[in-house]
Amino acid sequence: MKSAVIVFPGLNRDRDMIAALTKISGTAPAIVWHQDDDLPDVDLIVIPGGFSYGDYLRCGAIAARSPIMDRVRDRAAAGVNVLGVCNGFQILLEAGLLPGALMRNQSLKFVCREVKLEVTNADTAFTRGYTNGQVIRCPVAHHDGNYFADSDTLARIEGEGRVAFRYADGTNPNGSINNIAGILNERKNVLGLMPHPENLIESAHGGDDGRALFSGLLGQAA
Amino acid sequence: MTYQNDIAITPQLVADHGLKPDEFEKIVALIGRQPTYTELGIFSAMWNEHCSYKSSKKWLKTLPTTGPRVIQGPGENAGVVDIGDGQAVVFKMESHNHPSFIEPYQGAATGVGGILRDVFTMGARPVAAMNALRFGAPDHEKTRHLVSGVVAGVGGYGNAFGVPTVGGEVEFDERYNGNILVNAFAAGLADTDKIFYSKAEGVGLPVVYLGAKTGRDGVGGATMASAEFGDDIEEKRPTVQVGDPFTEKRLLEACLELMATGAVIAIQDMGAAGLTCSAVEMGAKGDLGIELDLDKVPVRETHMTPYEMMLSESQERMLMVLHPEKEAEARAVFVKWELDFATVGKTTDDLRFRVLWQGQEVANLPIKDLGDEAPEYDRPWTPSVPAAALAADDIPQVDVAEALLKLMGSHQIASRRWVYEQYDTLIQGNSMQRPGGDAGVIRVEGHATKGLAFTSDVNPRYCEADPYEGGKQAVAEAWRNLTATGAEPLAATDNLNFGNPERPEIMSQLVHAIKGIGEACRALDFPIVSGNVSLYNETNGQGILPTPTIGGVGLLPDWTKMARIGFAAENEMILLVGAPATRGTHLGQSIYLRDLFGRRDGSAPHVDLAHERRTGDFVRKLIRDGVATAVHDLSDGGLGVALAEMSVASGIGATIVDLNDQDPILQYFGEDQGRYLVTVKLDPQGEEIMALWNEAERLGIFAPWIGTTGGADLVLGAARPLPVSDLKASHEGWFPAYMDGAAA
Repeated sequence: MKSAVIVFPGLNRDRDMIAALTKISGTAPAIVWHQDDDLPDVDLIVIPGGFSYGDYLRCGAIAARSPIMDRVRDRAAAGVNVLGVCNGFQILLEAGLLPGALMRNQSLKFVCREVKLEVTNADTAFTRGYTNGQVIRCPVAHHDGNYFADSDTLARIEGEGRVAFRYADGTNPNGSINNIAGILNERKNVLGLMPHPENLIESAHGGDDGRALFSGLLGQAA
Repeated sequence: MTYQNDIAITPQLVADHGLKPDEFEKIVALIGRQPTYTELGIFSAMWNEHCSYKSSKKWLKTLPTTGPRVIQGPGENAGVVDIGDGQAVVFKMESHNHPSFIEPYQGAATGVGGILRDVFTMGARPVAAMNALRFGAPDHEKTRHLVSGVVAGVGGYGNAFGVPTVGGEVEFDERYNGNILVNAFAAGLADTDKIFYSKAEGVGLPVVYLGAKTGRDGVGGATMASAEFGDDIEEKRPTVQVGDPFTEKRLLEACLELMATGAVIAIQDMGAAGLTCSAVEMGAKGDLGIELDLDKVPVRETHMTPYEMMLSESQERMLMVLHPEKEAEARAVFVKWELDFATVGKTTDDLRFRVLWQGQEVANLPIKDLGDEAPEYDRPWTPSVPAAALAADDIPQVDVAEALLKLMGSHQIASRRWVYEQYDTLIQGNSMQRPGGDAGVIRVEGHATKGLAFTSDVNPRYCEADPYEGGKQAVAEAWRNLTATGAEPLAATDNLNFGNPERPEIMSQLVHAIKGIGEACRALDFPIVSGNVSLYNETNGQGILPTPTIGGVGLLPDWTKMARIGFAAENEMILLVGAPATRGTHLGQSIYLRDLFGRRDGSAPHVDLAHERRTGDFVRKLIRDGVATAVHDLSDGGLGVALAEMSVASGIGATIVDLNDQDPILQYFGEDQGRYLVTVKLDPQGEEIMALWNEAERLGIFAPWIGTTGGADLVLGAARPLPVSDLKASHEGWFPAYMDGAAA
């Protein structure tokens, strides 16, 4: 099982993601700098969280137009699994790999706390470690996680089972429409989600509910 | 462009630079002529209170700053303390009070940026941050706006930079109505053999400018921070810098990469008084001169004068002396991170600080004298007159349960969740204890069990009543909070916030607080390794409460054995360790008096440092031996509030048995020092608890069994049982309601 983590200037959860992938798979991911021409042959590409380019235009907008994203797009089209977390989710949206938009949190404030997530489609490479309807704990830490899509798009992604995770038990931290926390592309090999499963993978984190996302992914390809 | 460097230096111009007439005379005597305009600016930057510590230096020298683990004490960008295994923790706390009052978001943001830069300048990757915030009365017209702006600014910078905020303080008092306090702390980890310093070495070596471009922001900022506020405060907005955490994050990564190449001889961040302070410091420390060519300085505005360039406080900039043969390698690192890299000067052997601009020499000053000859004052101070003790029978009465419920929902005690949920508290994946407990704890990456604990403490009410006892108490409380997690307190940083030192009664506060801090640090082997002084925190002659904030750092050999404040389980014995025979006695300066009766009288509680140390060592051993199941120190609000916080953190109630013959108000709300609540899972009739009590008695520590955990209510003796859910609602409710405009 091989993975790669793409790093843009301003990302800051790259180290968290690299640590999680290394701890769970036993192998360190390849680290790909945004200016690198080469994207190694891997089974999983991860775009971690942070503030790429300071989030100065719109979150993820500048990184999404980086040449490395053309490579990511090609691999996604070829069926490679692509995971974007937090700023990574924003970048995938801006790059057109996922539909909809992430707006400023309804509170207009950054929010870092633990929420509950319901696994709404356990039949994907990313969620196979969970069961349908399972409620897990997961932390969030973001300023712009308020998911929105027009009604046609929303009907389509809901109808096609493309909502992977939903905020549960009244813990929606940002005002996302339909409590959406993470969505998939049509082929279900691209997942974007706002919460940070990489920060809840061991007892030292106070729980390991995030671990199954990675172990499911990594186990499948092994 | 013409630049008038030779304008007449009038007394008014000197005064506008914050220099006193005798200070100006000293300048003329030192250099043997009138200074140029640029030179006047340079002197004003180096000789203001903020950079020169001219009022406090005499007293700061009395603080203990060494110890077996101390690698670097005060005088560098941050203190460095050995944590074993070839690693060190690098930390400091610094104020950004004046800018944050003028422009709360940017003032607070750049305060965080500045302290992070101090830490990574020394070669350390920042791993934890805290901030101690003090605002005016909740019902003051500016307070909400300032809280909202400061908290957003702290979060906006720290979150984007990527450092977890693990602790801090938020306090309200009308005495901060005109001067809020923003004290930012940062800590980083470095290898002990890879610490970087500001002392330049070698003649003719390139002086390199790195990071963001220079603009006009912050020109004169350090001088502004060394003056009182008047009614013209709004006019000072342009002296506040603007932060760019994206550039800072890139600067961090670029500096650490550059340091790994071996190219760096000396490094200094451009903080207060920017290019001036950093260049002078590097040269003077290394007994070298520095020549700067301002035409090479990357600028983001046109027509900047030498004066503006030398005094700009634009953020995210560094100055380094590099090995010339590694210059190309160094440049490549900065090109990769898309940051400016410019050779702007060289080291010389003539001990002069020369500044060139468009072929003209605009300044030529003796570099050592700029720092060494800065004025140092022995300002007059009045004797300390501690507030009188309360009369023994002066115990205002109110129902114990009602009082506790009210205090839990008061602005002093209420949960700070509204604040800390705007900070990223878990980034880096190493946060073992997040805000809300006695201290923040992170694990040390690359080590199986080692952890670091962080806390920030001071009780300004006590300091006002008795600066000496208050200074002692601030240190003791920081030491106590670290101990309460099981950590061994290593060292501290002090951030001394006071009013105008030219007033003898304010100088007296500063002198006595430092004496108290020194006394406590010596008694507890808790040296001060870095710090910052912020004076002139006054508006229209009204000074703040004396606020010597102490940032403490402790070491946990095994974080899996650390203690937390929440009750661990039902049916556990609750011990009040370190208590006087009557559990609680001291109501003077308490939160009970201030917030329920509007009284600010009585003496500050006394700290018995020998007893403090014995008690702390005893509690730490109970934690490390796995005997203590939960620990919480007693502070504001005394026993009642501490019990309620342990209940709220766990959802588990407790039943406490009143002590006969002692007023319940004193028992539950007295703020006697050196006390901890410790729960143990032991048989009350068994041998183990007897052994514990025997050991406590041998050490001269009273550790009475005062009650038992369990149930859904907190029952304080004869008082009405309080559902933990009610306490929680009260505790969590105040802050969000206040910020929504519902409460004050």
